[in-house]
Amino acid sequence: MKVIARRPESLTEAKFHYCPGCTHGIIHRLIGECLDELNLRENAIGICPVGCAVLAYEYFNCDMLEAAHGRAPAIATAIKRLQPNNTVFTYQGDGDLASIGMGEIVHASLRGEKITVVFVNNAIYGMTGGQMAPTTLLGQVTTTSPYGRNKDFEGYPAKMAELLSQNEGSAYICRTAVNNPANVIKTKKAIKKALQIQQQGLGFTMVEILSTCPTNWGLSPLDALDWVEEKMIPYYPLGEFKVKED
Amino acid sequence: MPKVLMKGNEALAEGAIIAGCRGFFGYPITPSSEIAEYMARKLPKLNGVFVQAESELAAINMVYGGASTGQRVMTASSGPGISLKQEGISFIAEAELPCLIVNISRGGPGLGGIQPAQSDYFQATRGGGHGDYRTMVLAPSSVQEMMDFAVTGFELADKYRSPVMIMAEGTLGQMMEPIIMREPVTKLPEKPWAVTGCRGRKPNIINTLHLSAEYLEERNHHLQNKYTSMALNEKRAESFQTEDAELVVVAFGLMARIVKKAVMEARQQGVKVGMIRPITLWPFPDEAIRQAVNSAKRFLAVEISMGQMIEDIRLAVAGRAPVEFYGRIGITPNPEEIYQEIMRIAQREGY
Repeated sequence: MKVIARRPESLTEAKFHYCPGCTHGIIHRLIGECLDELNLRENAIGICPVGCAVLAYEYFNCDMLEAAHGRAPAIATAIKRLQPNNTVFTYQGDGDLASIGMGEIVHASLRGEKITVVFVNNAIYGMTGGQMAPTTLLGQVTTTSPYGRNKDFEGYPAKMAELLSQNEGSAYICRTAVNNPANVIKTKKAIKKALQIQQQGLGFTMVEILSTCPTNWGLSPLDALDWVEEKMIPYYPLGEFKVKED
Repeated sequence: MPKVLMKGNEALAEGAIIAGCRGFFGYPITPSSEIAEYMARKLPKLNGVFVQAESELAAINMVYGGASTGQRVMTASSGPGISLKQEGISFIAEAELPCLIVNISRGGPGLGGIQPAQSDYFQATRGGGHGDYRTMVLAPSSVQEMMDFAVTGFELADKYRSPVMIMAEGTLGQMMEPIIMREPVTKLPEKPWAVTGCRGRKPNIINTLHLSAEYLEERNHHLQNKYTSMALNEKRAESFQTEDAELVVVAFGLMARIVKKAVMEARQQGVKVGMIRPITLWPFPDEAIRQAVNSAKRFLAVEISMGQMIEDIRLAVAGRAPVEFYGRIGITPNPEEIYQEIMRIAQREGY
């Protein structure tokens, strides 16, 4: 017998707590595979957010920290500066990164911190039960935008990849999705590239990943994947927004 | 060691470097900024890290990250900035990360002013942020102690895996005095819990989330046991001429030095007055107060606030003697003022 698929060593054996159809699990696995393939597990330090991925420190089989809401980039900054030989990554959701942590993420990027940010954008607050996120689409119904997000009252959804790509300190900014196998493969490539650019010391790296929240979107897992394709990707175009060559 | 003339903020920063601090994360605010400026000049030359953070929130979270690596790191600020740091301090306390937090204090509430005050006493000694925790608080009274307490602060932080705060009136940060330099600390404790990459060991996790109520309670008991141990072992106070004192003045920080002068003048007039200076504001040195109650008929709290430490004095005195108050805010009472207050009480009470 030959093993053709197995759990990456960079993931623990703990069972994910994520809802059925949620794509956090796929993204965790992709990070695990990248850490394995780059032989970084024993060198990596990860920082998880407040949000659905708050327990990610139980899932990644490397040194991990749990941050206060939005503050992961500040924590990552100090760790990377004091221990430049470590590979440092944060894992953040849209409320964490683009709302309460907007200051920390923008300045980590401006300073060109040599860290990798995995930004999971599912256009909603999952853990607290489906409230409006800074990335909630116009017209999208959430528990705190019950009549649909209205630009006149709630303003516009934040385009973080575009925003951070403007900063000189950003070395690699990419937006991907995990709604189909092709996009999953592209996402893995992007995460790997971001980690490699971090290793080269070129600056701040971020992969924004369009993800699903069937539970709070009120959709079946399959319909949720279609919703990413039909609603999210038109507003949040995929692709590389910044690639700094060394 | 050589004697040098130094500004309080710089002495504190140099003390931190002497203690082996190699990470400073801060945000400018008067009257503490010279600490950041000193670190910005010195740390890069020592292979250390200085980051001017985008906010106090970021700064304290950089301290969280920095302390997680096991290295000695610190931040410094003043009242309004320390308020912003409270979220992070709560996390640091629960994650049990040793670090030094400095409050070169000024008058509040709100933006307040930039003149010296001690009105952050409640915030410093009651935890300050959310949840059941304490930070040890050291209150220097001279530029020499600004340096010495930075070293002591890091030692205590490591000993208890806990954040330690130094609270000093803005005056102490801004004034210059000759001080005796110290030898650099060369031996730092091992920190096997630090996040350094898990090569050759199991992964380390720095975390403050405890979803099980039972485990959360267990964690709180663990922290409380640590605070009990601090209270048992780390209370520090200076007692001055309290043995026969009928009136005991209680003051901390630079204020205590001013009070001491007034006490000496009143003694020359035959008034039996003494002074207790709490050096640790938390744990509060209540035994020193309790001892004094045996002879003292009355206490006088002198603070640069509207009266905060007085509550701890009253708790220690436990109703056995009256505790009076003299305080100002943003204006440091001068020796003459305190002398007059002592004499007024002494004449009124016939001491």
